[in-house]
Amino acid sequence: MVDKTKQPGRLRPAPENFLSEDQVKAVGAGRRDFLRKSFLAAGAAIAAPLAARAAEGDPNILENPAWTTSLGQPVATNPYGMPSKYESQLLRRESPGLARVGGASVSFCPLQGLFGIITPSGLHFERHHQGWHDIDPSKHRLMVNGSDDSLLKKAKVYTLDELMRLPSVSRIHFIECGANTGLEWGNVAVPTVQYTHGMLSCSEFTGVPLKLLLEDCGVDYKKARYVLAEGADGSSMTRTIPMEMVESGEVFVAYGQNGEMLRPENGYPLRLVVPGVQGVSWVKWLRRIEVGDKPYATKDEAVHYIDLLPSGLHRQYSSIQEAKSVITTPSGGQTLLDKGFYNVSGLAWSGRGRIKQVDVSFDGGINWQTARLEGPIQNKALTRFNTNWVWDGSPAILQSRAIDETGFVQPSYGQLRAVRGTKSIYHNNAIQSWKVAESGEVSNVQVL
Amino acid sequence: MSRFCKSILVLALAGASTAALAFDNYGGVGRPATAAEVKAWDIDVRPDFKGLPKGSGSVDRGQELFEEKCASCHGSFGESNEVFTPLAGGTTKEDSKNGRVKGLSSGELPQRTTFTKVATISTVFDYIQRAMPWTSPKSLKPDDVFAILAYLLNLQEIVPADFVLSDKNIGDVQKLLPNRNGMTTDHGMWPGASAKKGGIGNGGKPDTANKACMKNCKPEVLVGSTLPEYARTAHGELADQYRSFGPVRGTRTLGPEAAKKAAEAGTLELATKSGCMACHGMKSKIVGPGYAEVQARYQGQTDAEDRLVAKVKAGGQGVWGSIPMPPNAHVKDEDTKTLVKWILSGAK
Repeated sequence: MVDKTKQPGRLRPAPENFLSEDQVKAVGAGRRDFLRKSFLAAGAAIAAPLAARAAEGDPNILENPAWTTSLGQPVATNPYGMPSKYESQLLRRESPGLARVGGASVSFCPLQGLFGIITPSGLHFERHHQGWHDIDPSKHRLMVNGSDDSLLKKAKVYTLDELMRLPSVSRIHFIECGANTGLEWGNVAVPTVQYTHGMLSCSEFTGVPLKLLLEDCGVDYKKARYVLAEGADGSSMTRTIPMEMVESGEVFVAYGQNGEMLRPENGYPLRLVVPGVQGVSWVKWLRRIEVGDKPYATKDEAVHYIDLLPSGLHRQYSSIQEAKSVITTPSGGQTLLDKGFYNVSGLAWSGRGRIKQVDVSFDGGINWQTARLEGPIQNKALTRFNTNWVWDGSPAILQSRAIDETGFVQPSYGQLRAVRGTKSIYHNNAIQSWKVAESGEVSNVQVL
Repeated sequence: MSRFCKSILVLALAGASTAALAFDNYGGVGRPATAAEVKAWDIDVRPDFKGLPKGSGSVDRGQELFEEKCASCHGSFGESNEVFTPLAGGTTKEDSKNGRVKGLSSGELPQRTTFTKVATISTVFDYIQRAMPWTSPKSLKPDDVFAILAYLLNLQEIVPADFVLSDKNIGDVQKLLPNRNGMTTDHGMWPGASAKKGGIGNGGKPDTANKACMKNCKPEVLVGSTLPEYARTAHGELADQYRSFGPVRGTRTLGPEAAKKAAEAGTLELATKSGCMACHGMKSKIVGPGYAEVQARYQGQTDAEDRLVAKVKAGGQGVWGSIPMPPNAHVKDEDTKTLVKWILSGAK
């Protein structure tokens, strides 16, 4: 018998796909030897008439399936392609009890099953403040004006036709809601990475630097130090953005997302991209930009998206998403089927720039090892990390710790709570811990 | 003068004045906004009341409007926690005097309301004006907004019952807000210039300082919290939220019985959404036959599924009496099949 724990890179034998629910349970309950014994049995059960041949190998290899022995579908059967019918389980989902009105709620991105760094547009997380609309792009306008006339030579109006004629940029950036992981400030509350970290997505956005539009209107940078961005939805959501970020060229008005137009839920036909800053500032259905000489204290920077401290003070205009990471495989709510090799995989990101290093611990943070970063590593974008792990079947606590190019190291829950207490809702970037039980079940725990 | 010459001239002027940049840079792109257009959209109100429209409204008028347009979500006294978090409550006279809500630090506050948090009255005016009422935003006139805000301020015991709020006295009310001194911008999370340089915050200095220790970093692991059992099952069947292949499986949290129940609940929802439950009961006849009756009649008939699918789509009459079943072409074929299968397997 080969010792599997010393065989990194082992491929899982195909018959496992055909384990019944009871059989999976048996494995989950610790009967890991079951798989070895069932290898031939599973094959036999699937193709009983082939029992005699099962000894020769996998029936999926020995017998050509229908897709190998018949004619497939023609081109353009699905003019807009959809995922495989076997991919029906990774969906945007709501967390029950989080919000009572769907129009002012959140749907979480299924990070537990995604690869690389780009979020499929249809699985991008959603946060709406007053529902979403599918806006007619021919009727959408972007207005640029000043809080008074001296800040801007000329208030202007742009159509999509015009915006799309202008020089464009395409950049990959993460977007994270300021309230991501907010359910977990006080204690563990939700079971899977979809609900702990799923207000996070990453896309390639295409659009026009806001700087270019402001300069086209003759902005006076000396006086106009703030920008107000406003949406065209019912809430006409507004947020204050610092002019320094606009001047840097980083902020842009985007119409493209992952090669196509923005999805309606993500702001079609125009949204603001404010790299590194919490999602609420990336105003969707963007209709107006006002330049001003003072910040605006809008509802979402004076009633919500303010961070309650133990002193009773609230932090206002806290906007940057500090360095953070999470292991997505294995993660809470998953079950490892067997001992042996696993590619531990996760995401890291920082609102202050590039990810420099990610460390992973398997013993709850006593010892760490540095993970592989999969390139290209981009500014204010998700970065995928991977590391090898051979699970010996004993309990473990998995953690990841991001370090960004400023040298900032992602904090532990203990460190974060020491300064911010437990009652904040926003900007929880603590190190996430996943406990692996002997049964293989992975669950959400907090290590201080 | 041609547009081209004009922009040359502007460039020349820009060279003379360092503050101004070239503008109108892209010929044919963008046009000046008219005064009426700017007025139509520029409705924001700043903490210094720039943008505040003229107008006034009494507490009494506000109460009427609130009852009519706001109470269904917020409760008659802004206290409701049913749809949104409460607007009013949670502050004391002492708080109004100090401008700091004590309950925020003492832990006595069961829930933060709008007025326990907000430090700027302009914020509330601005948001009511731009986004309320929930289903018909921007339908309120400035006088209505003043009135509703007056009512909320009265609920919060900031102004008396005979108060009339206006653009003239809103600045005085600002000085009475219970949490007006409750904000700090002394943090490192503002992405612009620091307060020292005329902006906000400390210039990006973080408030935590973890070290990248690699070996023997602590003597023991302190687990502060684990997932409560109710939270493990509150998000549905986790096994169904993951692929059925790959390195791991979703954990089966509800078990096969509960999963079946959840699937059935989903089908019942589909039946309700598709309009079926308006006429059919689960067991017995309402207008059309109950699903248990349908199952009993078709039990054991091999072609029952196809026949029923066709019948649901096209409608029918006679089998169960004279009241016809209307055609249901609006229901998707796959949904019709799901519903028929569900009925024939003993819908629950």
